[in-house]
Amino acid sequence: MTRVQEFSQGVRDMLPMLLGAMPFGIIYGSLAVAAGLSPWQTLAMSVFVFAGSAQFIAISLLSSGVGLTVLLLTTFVVNLRHALYSASLQPFVRHLPARWRMGLAFWLTDEAFAVVQHRYALADQSLNKHWYFLGAALAMYSNWLLCTVIGLVFGQSVPNLAEWGLDFAMLATFIGIVVPMLRNCPQVAAALVAAAVALACYDFPYKLGLMAAAFSGILVGVVLERRSDLPEEELA
Amino acid sequence: MDNWLLVFGMAVITFSIRYSLFALPNLSFPPLVRQGLHYVPTAVLTAIVVPGMLLPDGQNWQLALNNAYLVAGLVTIAIAAFTRHLLATIGGGLLVFFLLRWAMGQLPI
Repeated sequence: MTRVQEFSQGVRDMLPMLLGAMPFGIIYGSLAVAAGLSPWQTLAMSVFVFAGSAQFIAISLLSSGVGLTVLLLTTFVVNLRHALYSASLQPFVRHLPARWRMGLAFWLTDEAFAVVQHRYALADQSLNKHWYFLGAALAMYSNWLLCTVIGLVFGQSVPNLAEWGLDFAMLATFIGIVVPMLRNCPQVAAALVAAAVALACYDFPYKLGLMAAAFSGILVGVVLERRSDLPEEELA
Repeated sequence: MDNWLLVFGMAVITFSIRYSLFALPNLSFPPLVRQGLHYVPTAVLTAIVVPGMLLPDGQNWQLALNNAYLVAGLVTIAIAAFTRHLLATIGGGLLVFFLLRWAMGQLPI
């Protein structure tokens, strides 16, 4: 496929994710000002940080009055999962020049990762898959900036926007990504273990329970996969 | 506290994490790590979703039928399993969620 075809396919495949991110961006935009950020700071966070859940957690912590160190530490832990995404996609982008790798890394969100890793997993030999990545990433980015502005401008005129539960949109998005992946026993077990550990560790400080849950799930998945592979190896 | 410092700090931290492995193009992972990476999306996203359904405010368990996050979450999982269609899952899930909240009088209207 040509660059343009890859790029526009990336944008198209991202469209459902945009629906899920929209409500989240809008509540972020409207709550950030109430939490004490100026409109420019609210927008700057979306422009330069571009991490929905971290931005959301940051403004909730900000309104509860915690200090800068705790805020940054929490950002670090909440975003650590992106290091795993970075590792997953690294084999596919390592041949690209640094400016490409830096740009694609900046735009590496949960949603972009889910869509892009699917594209890289397809067997075709297209040399322009990074243009697909770019299209998906920029679609997510422009949608996020637009929704931040909408939240900033209209958020104040909708009373109690926080109580609508718009954050459910993120859960629905992630469910839509994960459930189709649960096709074999190790994947199902990884999900169940991650869920159980996340629930057991939900009150860990700085959201550390998330990383504990992620690593437990990964570990169980790998162990079960190796076990189910064993008989074949013995036969060979 | 200086909020600009917060924005700047979060930007640096987030970019450093995302760029961490992209910055090392010559590194190649051993098979065990590559195998583990296959479970990243499942483990990470499930660890976000399930507490989001059972502890919507992040602090209190709400194992109850009037918890729309839980009930609509389960319906969304069912939609995803049957349709395997992302837009149907997100759109349908949101629709069910807001209908439930509306029916239970949980919307501020």
